[in-house]
Amino acid sequence: MTGKIAISLTVNGEEIEAHVTPRVTLADFLRQDVQLTGTHTGCEMGACGACLVLIDDRPVHACLMFAVQADGCVVDTVEGLTARKAIADLQRTFHERNALQCGFCTPGMLVSAYGILAAGGVPEREEIRDALSGNYCRCTGYEAIVDAIELTAKQRHQQAAREEA
Amino acid sequence: MKARAFDYVRPETLEAALQVFRDADVDAAYIAGGQSLVPALALRLQAPALLIDIARLQELRGLSVENGFLRIGAATRHFEILNSELVSQHAPLLAKAAPFVAHPAIRNRGTFGGSLALADPASEFPAMALALDAEIEIASLDNPRRVSAADFFLDLYETALQPGEMISAVHVPVASPLNRCAFDELARRRGDYALVGAGVNAEIRGGQVEQIRIAFLSVGPTPMRARTAEESLTGRPLTSESIRQAQEALVADLDPPGDEHTPAEMRLHLARVLLGRLLARLEADE
Amino acid sequence: MNAFAGSLDRPNSYIGRSVSRPNAKRLLEGKGRYVTDLVLPRMLHAAFVRSPYAHGRIVSIDTAEAAALPGVRAIFTGKDMAAICKPWVGTLDHFRNMKSPPQLPLSLDKVMWSGQPIVLIVADSRAIAEDAAELVGVEIEDLPVLADPVEAMSAEPMSEDMGDNTCFSLALDNGGVDEAFAKAQHLLEESFVFGRHTAVTLEPRAIVADYDASENRLTAHHATQTPYQFQDVYSRHFDIPEANVRVIAPDIGGSFGMKLHVYHEEMAVVGASILLGRPVKYVADRMESFVSDIHARDHRVTARLAVGEDGRISGMEVDDVTAIGPFSSYPRTSAVEGNQVIRLMGAPYDFSAYRANLSVVFQNKVQTSQYRAVGHPIACAVTECMVDAAARKLGLDPFEIRARNLIPDDSYPRKSPTGYQFEKLSHEACLSRLKSIMNYDALRREQAELRKKGVLRGIGIALFVEITNPSPAFYGIGGARISAQDGAIVKLTPSGEVHCSISVTEQGQGTETIIGQIVADQLGVNRDRVRVMTGDTDTTPHGGATWACRGAGIGGETALQASRKLKANVLSIAALILQAQAGELDIRDDWIIDVATGQQRLSLAEVARIAFFRSDTLPAGTQAQLSVVHHYAPQGYPFAFTNGAQGSLVEVDPETGFVKILKHWVVEDCGRIINPLLVDEQIRGGVVQGLGAAFFEECLYNREGQLTNGSLADYLVPMAYEMPDIEISHVETLTGDTELGAKGVGEAGTAAASAAAMNAVNDALAGHGAVLTQIPMTPARILKALGSI
Repeated sequence: MTGKIAISLTVNGEEIEAHVTPRVTLADFLRQDVQLTGTHTGCEMGACGACLVLIDDRPVHACLMFAVQADGCVVDTVEGLTARKAIADLQRTFHERNALQCGFCTPGMLVSAYGILAAGGVPEREEIRDALSGNYCRCTGYEAIVDAIELTAKQRHQQAAREEA
Repeated sequence: MKARAFDYVRPETLEAALQVFRDADVDAAYIAGGQSLVPALALRLQAPALLIDIARLQELRGLSVENGFLRIGAATRHFEILNSELVSQHAPLLAKAAPFVAHPAIRNRGTFGGSLALADPASEFPAMALALDAEIEIASLDNPRRVSAADFFLDLYETALQPGEMISAVHVPVASPLNRCAFDELARRRGDYALVGAGVNAEIRGGQVEQIRIAFLSVGPTPMRARTAEESLTGRPLTSESIRQAQEALVADLDPPGDEHTPAEMRLHLARVLLGRLLARLEADE
Repeated sequence: MNAFAGSLDRPNSYIGRSVSRPNAKRLLEGKGRYVTDLVLPRMLHAAFVRSPYAHGRIVSIDTAEAAALPGVRAIFTGKDMAAICKPWVGTLDHFRNMKSPPQLPLSLDKVMWSGQPIVLIVADSRAIAEDAAELVGVEIEDLPVLADPVEAMSAEPMSEDMGDNTCFSLALDNGGVDEAFAKAQHLLEESFVFGRHTAVTLEPRAIVADYDASENRLTAHHATQTPYQFQDVYSRHFDIPEANVRVIAPDIGGSFGMKLHVYHEEMAVVGASILLGRPVKYVADRMESFVSDIHARDHRVTARLAVGEDGRISGMEVDDVTAIGPFSSYPRTSAVEGNQVIRLMGAPYDFSAYRANLSVVFQNKVQTSQYRAVGHPIACAVTECMVDAAARKLGLDPFEIRARNLIPDDSYPRKSPTGYQFEKLSHEACLSRLKSIMNYDALRREQAELRKKGVLRGIGIALFVEITNPSPAFYGIGGARISAQDGAIVKLTPSGEVHCSISVTEQGQGTETIIGQIVADQLGVNRDRVRVMTGDTDTTPHGGATWACRGAGIGGETALQASRKLKANVLSIAALILQAQAGELDIRDDWIIDVATGQQRLSLAEVARIAFFRSDTLPAGTQAQLSVVHHYAPQGYPFAFTNGAQGSLVEVDPETGFVKILKHWVVEDCGRIINPLLVDEQIRGGVVQGLGAAFFEECLYNREGQLTNGSLADYLVPMAYEMPDIEISHVETLTGDTELGAKGVGEAGTAAASAAAMNAVNDALAGHGAVLTQIPMTPARILKALGSI
């Protein structure tokens, strides 16, 4: 084995240089090497959505990538999205609607929601449920999460309309 | 579930990648989207000692129309297929199947070429390649060539690719103005592997079926064309009677396996039901 | 009514208010602190070599190659653990004749289920530990596998000294059954099969065991619902003084009862930390979770119902065979579920002739134990399906037949034929409310219209009774060191804020929030000033923790009583400071006020400042007691029963067997609601778990005792796209046993959701000659019932 590979990537706006063992997933790299534990692992096979992060602004399973593959990428985790207030309205509606209980699926849900809302417009509830189809939650039964995303979409839409006026 | 150790390289060119594979004295594997390969490594179902990253190779990129074909670069991500104007205009069947491929985050990474190369019989795109009479362009040190989809899928996870070869692009004949198509699948949950799925791609002129391709997923070790059903419809109008006959003809085309969850007769039954519904959609579209 | 009537008008009136959870903010920012996130200095990582066979004798274990792998720090087998850990036996005294073979963390001789841990590898990383695990050679001589409970009942015992494979059997007979069946106009009989489930918490089981030899002190950071139970378990089984064992249960990614139980892996990891003197971390990966997390709900029930021409039930008889693992779980046993199944049968209905037989049978499969709604889903489904079957036979509407049979709301207190004491339930009110919120008549009209077009809608309902707030009747009387009481420390801080440490725990349902609401409400402070701490045996009093829906009812009452004590102490100091009578004063909005005028006299911060820093200014002999500790043990009824009614609307595609779940309704009576927002979300989560049971979830075992669908791709958990919106309404019948009057609600959704869904599917298929009596109701089973395949 040749050992570690040098990578450089942007994580939450910060340039990171690291030497990684190829078999380490991006999820484990973020959680252990960068110590950003907001991204969770629930299955390590891409079936539950707990590990979703943004790669080049698109939701991606961090457990389905090796850190070496993320060389040169722009990675955003829930911590970074929080810091730059990109999901502040989502976090508020989630909080007020109680769209989380144990919180383990929540970062992944927020990243998925970010993706849903990035498309713009106000999606139908069925569309939201479809877009969340890869995010497992055992606590909430999903309805409150759909409510919170729907409400945020409406709020953004109204805000955009106000700004245009 | 941590993968066994491996080495990793990311060659700059397609040629270099092929050469690295050839020169490797250990088990090597290409990785593009990795959405199927990474879990296989995590579960230690596979353990290549060398991963060759081909996701960023320029030669594998691109979506364009040339000479009556839609050229889909192998590294095209599923979400690009889903969002592409070119695809929805020139290969609408792919656009209809794309929303059923896994989940949004998987579609952000998984590649079209990767899906065909893996040839999971439960995947949508290999079956649609069959329904579209696509041609698969194979990059190879010894024998670069194009293989028709009909000749590409050989057996369970086995394709015309020889070790070290990779798909560089897929060429889909552009849809004519007579094109009508439909896709659907029956899955227990959205994004799951389907119990049965099918795509129908047809040319219909004046109510008559000039040409029709019906391809199924999850009915055998490979995606399957339903040629007897196709023949029963060719040259005929789509009516409830001709649809019924096509459904009955399926038993000649499909011999699905059974398992503890889904008995064989159930898959055949669902395939018949699904075909009927897809053909009814085409009928209604006219 | 009582003290809280009109309460929402008072300042600081939080009981009954939908407020958000203060401790959820950090979870939303990715700042949760789960055991899976924890890193300690010099921490090592654990992986296990597991048995591929369901039953066998260990012939040899070869660890030499594994031990030589760089990064491997230790390898442990059964002998190593047996030397430091006392075995455990999962029986309770009040389950007479119950038996179970003793368990050690790692087996000394036999393997009893596929997935059983045999060897523990401890290494610098989980990946290296897994590499090493692949290098361990285990030779196992396989033995006959018992993977069918009926077969097992008459087969050779799988464990020596057990005599047979029946862990526990119980017969109940309230008398009159034979007579009722002889006289009844209609007899119905049905056999039901319930799929085996597993919790599939998103965060898997996890523990970091940290043993410090210098102090003989064990700290276990344990993803569990019940740190107190584990403090006792680790102390007794590893022979460490109780006061030297600290268990910390931080944020947890779901539990639903699964993380209440003793697991071989966690015990082995504690043992490893003791032997190594270093922290050892174990996180079950998803594949391991399927073959080690407790399973539940594996029942085959035959039921008979005696019904009159008028639809009145005159008798019921059930036979329940339930398949557990090779031993009974510890310390809560694998028999509680079956016991509840046969005791909850027919619970909403007014009849007395009842007879039941329960057989709890050992299997070479994963162990089973309490998982959300323990036994309720089975009892409710059997009862409600039989009632609907009777309704269909007699041509009665499902609401009508229930109205004729339910225990009237004005006839309490009552005892069930199975010995349960009901203080006061509200079946009538809930049934009629359900009919109203479902807009039932309109649904039936719509169903009829759509049927003409070949669209099969189905409407199903289910009444249910749920056990909450258990007294020692659950575990204490059986000899288990599982507390039924709770304790709270409530303190005024020097700045006049409030700190509460309490022995109920938080898994995301909102325990900390409602305790904060109660404390703030009772003290008269803004809830922003109240901080609630849970989950640490060093910093909270010993208590029952959270399970069986006891947090709000018992924990809440503990916090209420503790807060009133603190308030009295605060007012007595305030009275001395103000030279007034304590009875003339109250606390409102963080201020001591005159009751008569409402005038603010003194801030709490000022009271605290004086008490903490200027005790010299208080009358001689004054000892301000601004920290209070108080314990509360449930009194009165052994359980606080709740009740409700659920409704399900589905559409069945008869050609494919696929079911679309259109909507679900719940009317719930859980007594006083402290936070409606949190209660409703608990119900929703529970309903979806029940719908998962109804349509998707089952652990499939083959004859060789292999779990054939043990992955998230194959064990189908409910996901967002398939689940409905759920409408909820409430009736509130308080319990008189506490001031708070709150009962529990966490498991209610799961208790009846699958029953309502079964009745809905069968309603859709009525007239097609098809009845489903097995869950999950998969497309294959529906097509089979229809005769299509």
